Amino acid sequence: MLERIGVPRDEDLWASIPAEFRVQGPLPLPAPLAEYEIARRFEQWGERNADAGRYTCFLGGGIYDHFIPAALRSIVSRSEYATAYTPYQPEVAQGTLQVIFEYQSMIRELTGMEVANASLYDGATAAVEAAHFAAGATGRKRMLCSAGVHPHTREVLRTYASAGGFHLEEIALENGRTPVGPIAKAGTELAAVIWSQPNFEGVVEDGAALTKAAHDIGAYSLAGADPVALAVLRPPGHDGADVVFGEGQPLGVPMTYGGPLVGFFAIRKAQVRRLPGRLAGVTVDLDGKRGYVLTLQTREQHIRRERATSNICTNQGLMALANTVYLALLGAEGLKDVATQCLERAHYLADRVREIPGITLAHGDAPFFREFVIRLPAPAESFTRWAVDRKILAGIPLAKFDRSRPNDLLVAVTEKRSKEDLDRYVEALASWAKSHAKSPKEEAACPS
Amino acid sequence: MSELTLSELSVRGHRGPRLMPLDVPARGVDRLLPADRVRKDRAALPEISEPVAMRHFVNLSTLNHHIDKAIYPLGSCTMKYNPKLNDEMARIPGFAAIHPLQPDDLAQGALAVVAELHEWLRVVMGMPGVTTQPAAGAQCELTAVLMARAYHRDHGDPREEVIVPDSAHGTNPSTVHQVGYRVVQIPSGPDGCVDLDALKRAISPKTAAMMLTNPNTLGIFERQVGTIAKLIHDAGALLYLDGANLNAMMGLASPGAMGFDFAHINLHKTFSTPHGGGGPGGGVLCVREDLEPYLPLPVVEQDGDRYRWIYDRPKSIGRVHSYYGNFGILVRALCYMRSLGASGIAEASREAILNANYLKARLKDAYAPSHDGPCTHEFVLSASRQKARGVKALDIAKRLLDFGMHAPTIYFPLIVEEALMIEPTETETKASLDAFADAMLQIDRESTEDPDRVRQAPTKTPVRRLDEGRAARKLILSWQDLEAEGAGI
Repeated sequence: MLERIGVPRDEDLWASIPAEFRVQGPLPLPAPLAEYEIARRFEQWGERNADAGRYTCFLGGGIYDHFIPAALRSIVSRSEYATAYTPYQPEVAQGTLQVIFEYQSMIRELTGMEVANASLYDGATAAVEAAHFAAGATGRKRMLCSAGVHPHTREVLRTYASAGGFHLEEIALENGRTPVGPIAKAGTELAAVIWSQPNFEGVVEDGAALTKAAHDIGAYSLAGADPVALAVLRPPGHDGADVVFGEGQPLGVPMTYGGPLVGFFAIRKAQVRRLPGRLAGVTVDLDGKRGYVLTLQTREQHIRRERATSNICTNQGLMALANTVYLALLGAEGLKDVATQCLERAHYLADRVREIPGITLAHGDAPFFREFVIRLPAPAESFTRWAVDRKILAGIPLAKFDRSRPNDLLVAVTEKRSKEDLDRYVEALASWAKSHAKSPKEEAACPS
Repeated sequence: MSELTLSELSVRGHRGPRLMPLDVPARGVDRLLPADRVRKDRAALPEISEPVAMRHFVNLSTLNHHIDKAIYPLGSCTMKYNPKLNDEMARIPGFAAIHPLQPDDLAQGALAVVAELHEWLRVVMGMPGVTTQPAAGAQCELTAVLMARAYHRDHGDPREEVIVPDSAHGTNPSTVHQVGYRVVQIPSGPDGCVDLDALKRAISPKTAAMMLTNPNTLGIFERQVGTIAKLIHDAGALLYLDGANLNAMMGLASPGAMGFDFAHINLHKTFSTPHGGGGPGGGVLCVREDLEPYLPLPVVEQDGDRYRWIYDRPKSIGRVHSYYGNFGILVRALCYMRSLGASGIAEASREAILNANYLKARLKDAYAPSHDGPCTHEFVLSASRQKARGVKALDIAKRLLDFGMHAPTIYFPLIVEEALMIEPTETETKASLDAFADAMLQIDRESTEDPDRVRQAPTKTPVRRLDEGRAARKLILSWQDLEAEGAGI
């Protein structure tokens, strides 16, 4: 090969790199490992993590331990999908393109909107794109964001807002719900209201009222939504929301320590030219045969450069495929089953838990879907540590996000949690509550 | 006949895997939720059995080109082979089935993976600060420009402009605009590199940063990078490396030594994580020491043999991802690096350069190279000669598909007429490179002898050329739209 190139040594090929920038000698890193050596290392690391197979998982907050069908894993691991790239040559990417089209169709249906894009990085960046979309469409920058939006999503929104494209003000929750009062009083210069269905604390919002309040003052309604919940909850699109976005992980994507995730994003068709991200559409080939292409690419960075609707370069292809296969396998009835079982099992647990002396539901009788906040008589982290010894991941202590709420615990229940799992949770909590019902002073005096 | 859509395959009452029966007392949706918040219609999702679904997705998959099938020489995309062990490791329950909010004590293995990957990346890049929170390269760019703004603000003036060469990826100017800076584009010199005089004229006290791809998108190493860094730093600005082309210099050259203040890496390119049909990617942003306080939160910290996430860094720009970035991709990338080791990492880049130069040598007489002399891991040819015969870069790309190969990146960089940007990567064998070269040379001959054959291509693919104009004029973006169109399509 060198002869053909016409140089004696391969070093001559990078002679253009000045010596001062060269790496001298080998990198100070270990030698290569064989496959089975690597497997041993990684398996040992894996064992140091509490996975949802060995621990019963009640953690949620946007990422859930749902059932993932074996057929889905089989499809998603196929080389034909996993090792392809963005469909730049549509004639040899019809598989990827039709999957995106089917994904867009099902997200449209679930959200009750008119157009969905090919997906975004995650739920948080989907919220950012929604904010940019609303700022661009209304020509205004001021946005109200409900405290019921996931705290991390609000953090990401604040990070992007620091660039000056939009400004955020927060609406505090009242009894676990987003009040409409602050929206009505927000004045006419508001670009949008950002909220979540259900909200971070699990409570089902009055979506129709929030969207109406936003529209009454000429602002957009940007609704975050849980895609599983949309099988039983009224989709924000049916109430006229302008953007419905969210995290697609619950639809067949493993939790994987929070990534890769996948964001979905849906709008009204009249505004399709403002849509961020990729979009697949139907057309015909030279013989009149149906085919799929990426369309309206003039919105995108590789064509429009600094005038693009977003700087995003790809979608989250393989995760969107997982969503598509999941929805295909579960179907209309299956997804409704999943949602209904989450709802029923979560309510069973909530009802049992609130019977334990000293334990209440933080938001009383506010309606919830698969997640709820319990208020404990002592710091929630003390219970979660206790539960770990019983192989239970008992929930997310809200002190992580709000130090003024040390005793609140966010508990999620999916269709995978059997009655036995739920009863075991109740037993663990009851026994912990019994030993922690004393005042902290007494507790310190007589360690159990 | 095209593969039907899921909607067209749907049969009322069919379904896939079932759930276990509800074993708690059923109270009913209507009793548990207020009536006005319950979905009234039945979501019109497909109803199909598992075997039908499997056939559907398997049949669709066969319509794709992919790296496990044949060469995929997309320039700037680094389509190298993805070792299967990496995927297997990412699927271990100890990684795949862990929740991002479980306590650090119960995720020590995951944190160790992140920390070790960061350590390896520091060594490869010669830069001390690392975050793997961004989901992709474009998000790294955005993170860095936000950090640059915060850094300048701390130094008294956020500044207004970012310099971007005209050969840059489209994400660069798009990112700059999104962060509220003005793009100052500078032309490339005749050698394809940054024109230093143009750069000097562009630099001013308003300059916040410059974004530079090195090697650049023509596959040429920017020899003047040391001078560029000095000019930028003298103006108090910051230099950003778009690391899309890192596969040309791993273990050979050090971005830190070149004077870059920020550098991004696409794990899905250089570190061989599968591209997934367009994501998930994996973004790494490396920074010089005094920029570390601005990195997104949280950051991983080692304390003896324990690891934890740190949240208290007041200068941080904040969070850019829901959790810690694409962790599953980080597992794969570390697995890849471990399998290469120190020697293999440098070897990969050496072979990538060798392969590109070999391919260039075989093609340079038939297709005009953008520049003479050795290239790095990729090179750009112009189809200007072929265009004079009535065959455009697009036609050549389409004809390649008939040979069962993927086309190069075309019409990029914008500064080369009829550009064909070719990156073979180190994982192609000589036989595979020769087959690609033979196909390209045959297409060149066809451009003289049988140009129609090239212009009509492809003819052996699942569909022939698609009418993109029609797709944009008549938007059919879902089954629902398709049904509204009737049987016409």
